[in-house]
Amino acid sequence: MTLLDVSKVSKRFPGVLALDQVRLVVGTGEVHALLGENGAGKSTLIKILSAAHAADEGAVTFDGQALDPRDAPLRRQQLGIATIYQEFNLFPELSVAENMYLGREPKRLGLVDWARLRSDARNLLDELGLPLDPNEVVRHLTVAEQQMVEIAKAMTLNARLIIMDEPTAALSSREVDRLHAIIAGLKARGVSVIYVSHRLAEVKAMCDRYTVMRDGRWVASGDVAEVEVADMVRLMVGRSVEFTRRPRCGPAGPVVLKVDGVTPRRPRLSAPGYLKNISLEVRAGEIVGLAGLVGAGRTDLARLIFGADAIASGSIKLDDKPLKLKSPRDAIRAGVMLVPEDRKQQGCFLDHSIRHNLSLPSLGGLSRLGQWVDESAERDLVETYRQKLRIKMADQETAIGKLSGGNQQKVLLGRSMALAPRVLIVDEPTRGIDIGAKAEVHQVLCDLAAQGVAIVVISSELAEVMAVSDRIVVFREGAVVADLEAEAATEEGLMAYMATGARPVSSGMEHRPQ
Amino acid sequence: MTVSPTLSPDPAADRAAPPPGRGFDLLAFARRHRTILFLLLLIAVFGTVNERFLTLRNALNILSEVSIYGIIAVGMTYVILIGGIDVAVGSLLACASIAAAYVVTNLMGGSPASWFVALAISSLVGLVAGYVHGKVVTKLHVPAFIVTLGGMTVWRGATLLLNDGGPISGFDAAYRWWGTGQILFVPVPIVVFALVAAIGHVVLRYTRYGRQVYAVGGNKEAARLSGVNVDFVVTSVYAVIGALAGLSGFLLSARLGSAEAVAGTGYELRVIASVVIGGASLSGGSGNVGGTILGALLIGVLSNGLVIMHVTSYFQQVVIGLIIVAAVAFDHYARTHKA
Repeated sequence: MTLLDVSKVSKRFPGVLALDQVRLVVGTGEVHALLGENGAGKSTLIKILSAAHAADEGAVTFDGQALDPRDAPLRRQQLGIATIYQEFNLFPELSVAENMYLGREPKRLGLVDWARLRSDARNLLDELGLPLDPNEVVRHLTVAEQQMVEIAKAMTLNARLIIMDEPTAALSSREVDRLHAIIAGLKARGVSVIYVSHRLAEVKAMCDRYTVMRDGRWVASGDVAEVEVADMVRLMVGRSVEFTRRPRCGPAGPVVLKVDGVTPRRPRLSAPGYLKNISLEVRAGEIVGLAGLVGAGRTDLARLIFGADAIASGSIKLDDKPLKLKSPRDAIRAGVMLVPEDRKQQGCFLDHSIRHNLSLPSLGGLSRLGQWVDESAERDLVETYRQKLRIKMADQETAIGKLSGGNQQKVLLGRSMALAPRVLIVDEPTRGIDIGAKAEVHQVLCDLAAQGVAIVVISSELAEVMAVSDRIVVFREGAVVADLEAEAATEEGLMAYMATGARPVSSGMEHRPQ
Repeated sequence: MTVSPTLSPDPAADRAAPPPGRGFDLLAFARRHRTILFLLLLIAVFGTVNERFLTLRNALNILSEVSIYGIIAVGMTYVILIGGIDVAVGSLLACASIAAAYVVTNLMGGSPASWFVALAISSLVGLVAGYVHGKVVTKLHVPAFIVTLGGMTVWRGATLLLNDGGPISGFDAAYRWWGTGQILFVPVPIVVFALVAAIGHVVLRYTRYGRQVYAVGGNKEAARLSGVNVDFVVTSVYAVIGALAGLSGFLLSARLGSAEAVAGTGYELRVIASVVIGGASLSGGSGNVGGTILGALLIGVLSNGLVIMHVTSYFQQVVIGLIIVAAVAFDHYARTHKA
């Protein structure tokens, strides 16, 4: 029996058609995998179902009833559609029971009936087979346990459809098994689940049906039992070509950056596989792309090389000289620059002028006696990079926060280039910027490589990794699982490495063992 | 909004500036220069109501008064720019000046160098105490408000311990000159304030260090990833405001002829108010010394005018408190309702 029927839904954001005539049909008690690469439109579709966004066109029917696109998110929850995002919506300082019944606590004489709150919570947790103490404060729980609280919370509203966005991205394999048992329990109660995941082995094991999206469109739906993992991969990546592979930008020189067996001092707690014993080499004039799922450890490695986090063991060498990095300042002095992943949080001073943003790390060289800033030299520097990178701006005094994402990214690239680094690491260089600007950013990276800079590009878009890289290193759960020449790589092959860590049987890719 | 600090226009200048090609925009002009307009309005009102207000003598009196806390307010501009706060400055002022007065009166009575020793000790005590505040903030990751709140009590307690809560007096003429003397008819504290403000402005506006102060307040993580030594900037800013509080304590003791254990009580509020009324954002990254000077003058004119009009000092506190809240409320309004 059909529970959810999404029919020809479209959603337009300024400049992009995020969803184009998408469909999705989910039956009662069915676990439905929603598949697609980053940017395929899965998140937008989820947000339309939870009413975080309103669809521009199309119809959504839930339990035989047409949903009003103007619904408030709370209304959808009351109807029985619950969404569990990767970032949980929990109050860390409140208990499990309080989180489950927040705003709907049982009352007596107008006051919260604590005894009943606890017993209700206890009963529901037992019924769902969730091993949680209702009195425990959520802050003390593991990620997996917090996820259980989200599931329990959904069930207090009698959810009939639970949407889980990458539910296993931050779980260990034992926790994944436990989650799958919980999902099986939900299914037995007639609850449907939309399961968004890149981990195709899990999808194969866990889900009944699948829908694949690509570039905002519906591509395929069917029974999971009838497809192989390789088929799903092919459906996900067989895209219209967005970037064309270019020839090498310049001849590869000697090894500039050599990372040898590094392990971070403080691994990120929530990550399923934190970095262990990583080695990597980058040559002058070479662009190395780091591919992998979110949380695979690529950004963590970048931060180690840049001195933003400390290493416990292993060594990082620049031109064969070991680097002692206590802070990014040391790395910058040595000639390593990072353009960070999160432009707004880690890159820009949003309220400050473009000039101040671009010149900050270069001020030492622009100042007399190291302190007295020569503003005309500074303006010249900014002007140089405005022309070189074709940054569109009214003038240098405009706040960087007023620029488009692509232009902000160019300012940050200019900031790094002004220091003439030996090694440049760019983390998600084109996230959230339009296609035209993407191509320009790629060209800039290519020009730098031609000048002999050793470049590391981290991107969650496989097409981007393939378009810009000379060599591709694939990360999975904190380890390097493949190191390939870019010409030999295919999207299917990379996706298989990222998702399963194993070499695809039929791809014929050259594999350099680690 | 650009954060190129300039002495006269308000930091809200650019976001409120009229778009090019349109005629004179009175509202935008008023927004841009609101602090100075309000200051002029106050002066006009007090001048009309009381003839003793608009005299050179009273003006110098106001400026002398303003100079004492204005010196600290220059330092507070830096502290608030990095997104910090320092509520210990009043206590530190008293502690530094008592320590200095204690040394010169008890250990080197009659020495002609006593003013210099007092100036040095007072500033140094402030510098070291501020440095400690900065280290606790950066190394132990205690919020600045808590560190300086603790400091506020510690330094006031230490002051009382040093001389059993009594005042110390008996300074020589050279010492007193720093509080009561004149240079070309201008009282010395005003000259010192002008100097501190000028240096504070130039460093913030024209040096790499000044840029780093703005950067740390604008986005701490981005500053770190741009190679700014964030811990150094933060610590140095607290050390500098400490030294300025010590300097101010020295001048105050010279002006009053005695170092008092209760000196500087409530100064933290005046100082923070000066910076905030001057347009700096408490979340850091925007503000400038020029605005702070206007803010300090505004508070000085208001207190003096109310005194001349025989309004009780209790009521003054009410008015100053209301103006602080109004200034921030107006700033928020101007930010969210662009012309």
